[in-house]
Formats: sequence, structure tokens, C-alpha cells
Amino acid sequence: MSQHNGVCVYSDKHDLTLEILGKGREIADKLQTELAAVLIGYNVQQRADEMIKNGADKVYIADNQALQNFKFESYLSILHTIAVNYKPEIFLIGSTRNGKPLAARLATRLGTGCVPDCNRLSVDEQRRLISERITYGGNAAAKLTFKTKPQIATVPARAFEKPQPKERNGQLIKLDVKVEEAKTEIVDVKPLETASVRIEDAEIIISCGRGLEKKEDKALLDELASVLCGQVGCSRPLAEDRKWFSEWVGLSGHKVKPKLYIACGISGVIQHVAGIRDAKVIVAINKDEQAPIFEVADYGVVGNLYEVLPALKEALKKQLQ
Amino acid sequence: MKRIIVCLKQAVDVSQLKVDTATRQLLTASALRKISDFDKNALEEAIKLKEKQSNIEIFTVTVTAEDAKTVLREALAMGADKAYMILDSNFKEIDTLGTAYVLAEAIRKIGEYDLILCGETSLDSFSGLVSSRLAELLSLPHINYVRKVSVESNAVIAERTLEDSVETVKAKMPAIVSVTREINQPRIPSLMMIMKASKKEIITWTTADLNIQQDNLGSKIEVIEVLAPKTERKKIRIKGETVQEAAEKLVKALVEEGVVGRR
Repeated sequence: MSQHNGVCVYSDKHDLTLEILGKGREIADKLQTELAAVLIGYNVQQRADEMIKNGADKVYIADNQALQNFKFESYLSILHTIAVNYKPEIFLIGSTRNGKPLAARLATRLGTGCVPDCNRLSVDEQRRLISERITYGGNAAAKLTFKTKPQIATVPARAFEKPQPKERNGQLIKLDVKVEEAKTEIVDVKPLETASVRIEDAEIIISCGRGLEKKEDKALLDELASVLCGQVGCSRPLAEDRKWFSEWVGLSGHKVKPKLYIACGISGVIQHVAGIRDAKVIVAINKDEQAPIFEVADYGVVGNLYEVLPALKEALKKQLQ
Repeated sequence: MKRIIVCLKQAVDVSQLKVDTATRQLLTASALRKISDFDKNALEEAIKLKEKQSNIEIFTVTVTAEDAKTVLREALAMGADKAYMILDSNFKEIDTLGTAYVLAEAIRKIGEYDLILCGETSLDSFSGLVSSRLAELLSLPHINYVRKVSVESNAVIAERTLEDSVETVKAKMPAIVSVTREINQPRIPSLMMIMKASKKEIITWTTADLNIQQDNLGSKIEVIEVLAPKTERKKIRIKGETVQEAAEKLVKALVEEGVVGRR
């Protein structure tokens, strides 16, 4: 049998680390092994306690000034050292824009497999990690496993619930690693220009597609959103081609999980649908009764959004009064 | 800067992909192929850099299990100078590590280059791992999620978008940059460009032409199944004599679902 043992969790976003620890705990219990978290940064020790409360048995800490900001090669050398010295059988890494490339490079350095953006994870009788991800532009779900160890999977935000923190005991392990120099230099950082409320967190989303004729007509959706306390979103063409929005919902944009998603004038190409798969209820409003969006909606209204939306707003007002 | 290498994947056109509804299997064999969208953005960016400084060569490299000449002709028509196709039917089972390994060996054989441009991810498998793996194998600096790129003497400067910030990152060349779709709008080649491209060269290599250890090609991943997801939506059509009536019926249904209620 392989000498690899244990589950190891890392993300450059603390909240995501806590989410993954919940799933990591479940997997470690099934495998009857230890769950470790990795903490990298400067003056970050106080986070170790929270990681333990969220399920970690051990926290590997690399805390020094040179590690204050994320640097690929430096952070990679720490994860690589953990992989070599402690030999976890599974790495679960937060699928952020820093974390995913980091996972890919760790897997390459170790000559092992990596499955990105897993929305489901489990283990089988042979201790193999079974991972599921969406592929082919949303046309398929792939179930994959690993032939080599460590098994490295990346996990997107909100795929798993944050566990309930509990008082528990854990061990802190300070790492003394010769940190590799970064090959790139960050010369400037500025905040990303986006909407103030994150659409991934919205409970109700009213989204528009190419059925919207003019940018000003967004007002129709804004009005409905204000009645429902929801947020307005759009499909890719409205953001990328028409530039009316800065972000969009879909496989290449934001994947959302609202309780209600109202798609207005959205045809329902598979890439868009992949971004709304986890919505509780989907409503489609489209004047083309053949539009594929109706096949993936719970409720469909065939009609012109310019007539349906005002009527819907009035009906909702009546209901919510 | 003398040479840019662009990695191009021949991908399944997912928008044309059909599913066998009985078995939920994807009919990938019969689906159309095209240059993966993100890689087209990478090629377009290379052409833009060439337009600023004309004495640059653009080479494309493709790792494929099936002939890709038709789509590579399009890349040449857009403005690439030469296309390398690494063709081997064994690549059917290849994973992201194997792909990066073959790309790395092909790029080593091509020799000199200043910049490697890749698409952030591929249209069909959507893994987004290959460019990072390639950077690791070639020990090169890598900048990913790039929406803007420029070159200054021997360095590349790129703007990368993160979840809530934008970083400007500098790296000494040679370097790898992977781009997102927002970086540009790829050109559509004119008839003239298509005609001119027919004289350009597509070089085919097999694994035998490269310094490849067959053992390194084995996939580290086992595919258990790839199936179209089940749709479990209600698909209820709301109808009414008037649009108002339909709207009221819809609201009633949403209240019953518990997703709309009094605040």
C-alpha cells in the first residue's frame, strides 16, 4: 500500500479554507485519517484556531514577512515541502484564481493528477477520491478518480457548506521552509471594478439576455428587482458583446445559487444554463416558445418581456402588499 | 522580441454538441471541431503584438489525437506564420499533465522563443490546468487570467483579474501568459488572408519526432463516467387569457414554492 496518508486543505482565501475543511473532515473520517490545514502568510497565526474549530487536526504554519502576499513560486515551495515531508494522500485546494494554478503546478511538480473545480467529492472502498465536475460547456458532468497519489482536487467557493465551529484540540506545526523566489513581480494592485453586491450571494436574481433591446430597458429589471429585493444579472452577450454589464452569469462568468432565478429574454444556451444549475426555482420568460431555456425551467411564460415584466411587477406588488 | 508561440487546442464545439437522450452519452465523435475560443484570443493577442513590432514570428503548437489541419488553416489565415501539429492517436486518453508534457517537448524542439501565449482554459474540458503545468515543466514565469498585455524590452507586463482585485504583473521573458476572453475580439480572416495562408506551412510531428518517454504519457486520472446531467425541472407552462392573468398565476406558483412571500 502507498505510504501516503491524511487529507490536506489549503486556500489563499480564509473563508474558502473553512468551507473545504467541512468536506475535508467528512473525507478524513471516512478514511480514518487526519485532516490538516495549511496556513501561509504574515501575522496570520490567529486563524489557526478557527481552522481547528472547523475540523482541522493539524495546522501547518508558514508565517513570515516574505510570505505576506501571495506569490506563486514561494507558496508552491511550501505546499511542495508538505507534500514531500508529510505525504498527504489528498490535497483539497481552493479553486481561486491563485489557488487553481497553484494546484496545477503542485500536481506537476509531484507528477500527479489534478481535477479542477469539483462540486462533489467522496471516497470509495479503495480510498480513492471520487470527484465530480461540470465539463463540455455544461453539457456533461464528469465523474473522475485518480491513479496516482497525492490526489489533488480544487474546490470552488460555495460548493460546500462551512461547518459549525466546535471547540476541539489541534496541533500547530511550524514549518521552516526554504522559500523559493517568485518569478513574477506584482507592480500594482487595484480593486476590481464590479457591482457592490456579489451576484453569487443573491437570493433572487432577475437576469436578462439578448431579448433586451436597449441598455436603458434594464430599468424594467431593476424595478422588478426592487420589488423582490433581488439583484439584476445578465447572460454573456450583454456583458461581453454589448458591454451593458461588467459581469455575467454562466459557466465562464458567475455560477449562482439563488432560490429564485428569473431568466428574461435569455435563449438558454448550455453555458448559461451551467451557471444556474443550482438555482432552486427557475422561471423563463421568452417570446420564442422553442427557446431551450424552457426545457430547464420550472415555470415558463411565453411572451414578450416588455409586456410580461410590468405585469409581473404589478402582480407581485399586489401579493406582497 | 523575435518569436511568440501560441498553444492551440482543437476543441469540440460544445454549442453544437448533441446528447443521446436515452443513454445521456455525449456524441463527441460526430461533433464539429474548432479552435478553442480562449486560444483564439491568445492568437489574436499575438497578432496584435506583431502588428506593433513587425519582425515577430508567430508559431502555433497543437497536441491532438486526430488531424487538425482544417482548424489550423484558420489560425494561419488569421495571421500565424507556421503551425506545428503534434499528432498521435494515443493522445485520445491524454490528461492535462500529458498534454503539457508533449507541448513542453515540442516547444523545446522549436527552440528559441520569447513569449508563450495560451488560452486560460479550453472550451470543451474547461480544466484550465495546462498552461500552469507547462510553466512548471519549462520552469518559466507564468501570468494567468490576463486581460491586457504589453511588452517592454525583455519583460512582459500583464494585467490579471482576481476575484476582487486587478494585479499588474511583470515577468522577464521568456514567459507564459494565459489570457481570458475579455482581452480582445479575435479577427475573422478575409478571403485574401485565407488565400495567402494556403502557402504557409503546417508541420506534423509524432511522438517519435520528440524526446518523449511513452511512460510519461499515461493519464493520472481515470474517467469513471461523463454523462449529460439529468434535468429535474418542472417545465410548467404558465398560460393566461391576458398577460396579467399569466403573471398572477406565476406569482401564485412562486408563493407556493416558498420563494416569494411577504417580507
